[in-house]
Amino acid sequence: MSTPLLRVEHLTMRFGGLVAINDLTFTADTNAITALIGPNGAGKTTVFNCITGFYKPTQGRLALLHGDANAWHDLDLITARGARRHKRQAGVLFLLERMPDFLVAQQARVARTFQNIRLFPGLTVLENLLVAQHNTLNVASGYAALGVLGLGRYARAERAAIEKACGWLEATGLIDRADDPAGELPYGAQRRLEIARAMCTDPVLLCLDEPAAGLNPREKMELNELILALRDQHATSVLLIEHDMSVVMEISDHVIVLDYGTKIADGAPEAVRSDPKVIAAYLGVAEQEVERVQAEVAR
Amino acid sequence: MAAAAGVKVSSVVKDAAFAALLSFGLFLPLIGFDTVTNIRNELVLETRFKLLAIVIALVTAGSLVNSLAIAPWRARRALRGRKPASNLAGAVTRWFAPFAFGFVLIYPALVLGLGGIQGATKWIDNFGIQILIYVMLGFGLNIVVGLAGLLDLGYVAFYAVGAYSYALLAKTFGLSFFALLPLAGILAAFWGILLGFPVLRLRGDYLAIVTLAFGEIVRLILINWVPLTNGYAGISGVPRPTFFGIPFNASDEGFAAVFGLPFLPLYRTLFLYYLILVLVVLTAFVTTRLRRLPMGRAWEALREDEIACRSLGINTTTTKLTAFATGALFGGFAGSFFAARQGFISPESFTFMESATILAIVVLGGMGSQIGVAIAAVIMVGGTEILRDLDFLKSIFGQGFDPTQYRMLLFGSAMVLIMVWKPRGLVATREPSAFLKERKAIGRDLVKEGHG
Repeated sequence: MSTPLLRVEHLTMRFGGLVAINDLTFTADTNAITALIGPNGAGKTTVFNCITGFYKPTQGRLALLHGDANAWHDLDLITARGARRHKRQAGVLFLLERMPDFLVAQQARVARTFQNIRLFPGLTVLENLLVAQHNTLNVASGYAALGVLGLGRYARAERAAIEKACGWLEATGLIDRADDPAGELPYGAQRRLEIARAMCTDPVLLCLDEPAAGLNPREKMELNELILALRDQHATSVLLIEHDMSVVMEISDHVIVLDYGTKIADGAPEAVRSDPKVIAAYLGVAEQEVERVQAEVAR
Repeated sequence: MAAAAGVKVSSVVKDAAFAALLSFGLFLPLIGFDTVTNIRNELVLETRFKLLAIVIALVTAGSLVNSLAIAPWRARRALRGRKPASNLAGAVTRWFAPFAFGFVLIYPALVLGLGGIQGATKWIDNFGIQILIYVMLGFGLNIVVGLAGLLDLGYVAFYAVGAYSYALLAKTFGLSFFALLPLAGILAAFWGILLGFPVLRLRGDYLAIVTLAFGEIVRLILINWVPLTNGYAGISGVPRPTFFGIPFNASDEGFAAVFGLPFLPLYRTLFLYYLILVLVVLTAFVTTRLRRLPMGRAWEALREDEIACRSLGINTTTTKLTAFATGALFGGFAGSFFAARQGFISPESFTFMESATILAIVVLGGMGSQIGVAIAAVIMVGGTEILRDLDFLKSIFGQGFDPTQYRMLLFGSAMVLIMVWKPRGLVATREPSAFLKERKAIGRDLVKEGHG
């Protein structure tokens, strides 16, 4: 029995007259890989931007849990109370739609990558990973006040941070490029570095926005292994936007399909693959032709 | 001819003819004609076609040299590819900073030995102290513009806040320089945060315009708040710094008498020189340390990509405010030193030209590089000072030549040439703040300039 980690309820996002997401409800489970798929313009990245606090949703509730599932019982209570964070012995609940973007990353521990890679190109690979550990290091340096004087435990904290960064560089095969500027890496390596950087924030939920875009088949296989390792070895849940079905169907535990901002399917990969509505959305056929297309696909 | 191989004669001739035509059009009204007042006080037109011909011939020759010699040489060099940094260049960059610091340390002794007491005072004051003030201002602005990538055109406001804080508090309450120095810095930092809040959401050009306006507002307040600041007339009689309580004057309690030396104005100048040197070193030390701390790394990350920063849990609001405050703090230190050194301040010293000069120092030096900023300050401030003594040019151009008229022209051309030669500043690499195996300098073409 899996526990939900993230609950998206009745999420609606309007930009002026355009409804980008329309009453979307789904859950992402702890220690699972949840894929969000759909044709271009379906609103997948908008969902990500709402979850990570970059957009304030027009309506809806986005709740995230740290710890025991019993804490979910308090959800309606804290929603009514207007709190954005609720701590009990069982666990901590966060209402993400009430938090600014940097607190979603810092406190709720939701990390993300971007569809168009957003590294710090002029910083080295190692520095990119150290910036990701900003908050722990900043506390260790006494918010720079002690660090400037060379006091406190900053030196030790920085060594630990470099060690952790090295661990992720090993995992992503970038250790030999640690001292090179991030902007000089090849495209596939930049994608992996962005994942390593997000993982350096110790997330409970990692949101990957099209991680396989622009990768060759071999790199895609390595990416699959990496994402599975995040789930199995690092106890990180993954929310994934991806167009590449070889990635989605291979590794996902749960697939949600969006079309024009509305959820049209939700379930295990095999079930979604054969859903006539999904096929219609992707292939753009009329309702009455769905069965014929489905038969063709099955063959 | 091997060298001329691959150079088309027709295009060379075409280029030269075009240059000649262009210079003819440009210089005919500028050089070809001259208005002279004759004996009866009438303005008459004279022609100087011989001089015009010489100038056009020079331009044409320059065009020929460029297309026959320089352009092929550059093409060959580009073919060979960029040379890896040689050992010599590496050694120069490694040893330059300690060497320069040693030179600055013994500079007063050097000029004393060369110029005697009279000459040395001028060289220490006009060059040494003046340049070091701008080095310090450059370091301060470098934090805001070079590291955090926030274009600030009103930096002089913090310099002014520091100067007026010292002048007013010292005159009113009689507090000493060393008590007021931190206070002036803190007040300037407070104004930095005050500026930071309204501009948090602004980026690029918009940020530049608002900071420019902020600088002007501060100057206009200084002009118009007459009861406090005495307006245009400024504040005179600002207490000079003392040698930890011992004043530099000819009295019996003065510095010279206490130490049993003959009275000389030189002692004060020397003291001020080493005082500003200590402040500069402090600024450099703190900035270098900050770059290796999370705060400094967050500044640089902010310059590279603000949205990525927020996705990593970095509070960009406090990051921007700390950058503004830290930059302003050093501006305030420099301002209070300036007031103490001059003994007189007025709004005249805090015009937009000052902001522009400091920004030019930062850009010319290579944004983010401290050594670059220091060299640029020497060139910018020392250069303008040296160009005041241009009498040697009379021996080249004849007695009728007035060199002071050409000071800014020469200076402007030098700036343009440097920016053509080194478009990303004098030090065009970025030093990483942490490394695993090897510290590799990062080319400026990868480093962003910031946009907010």
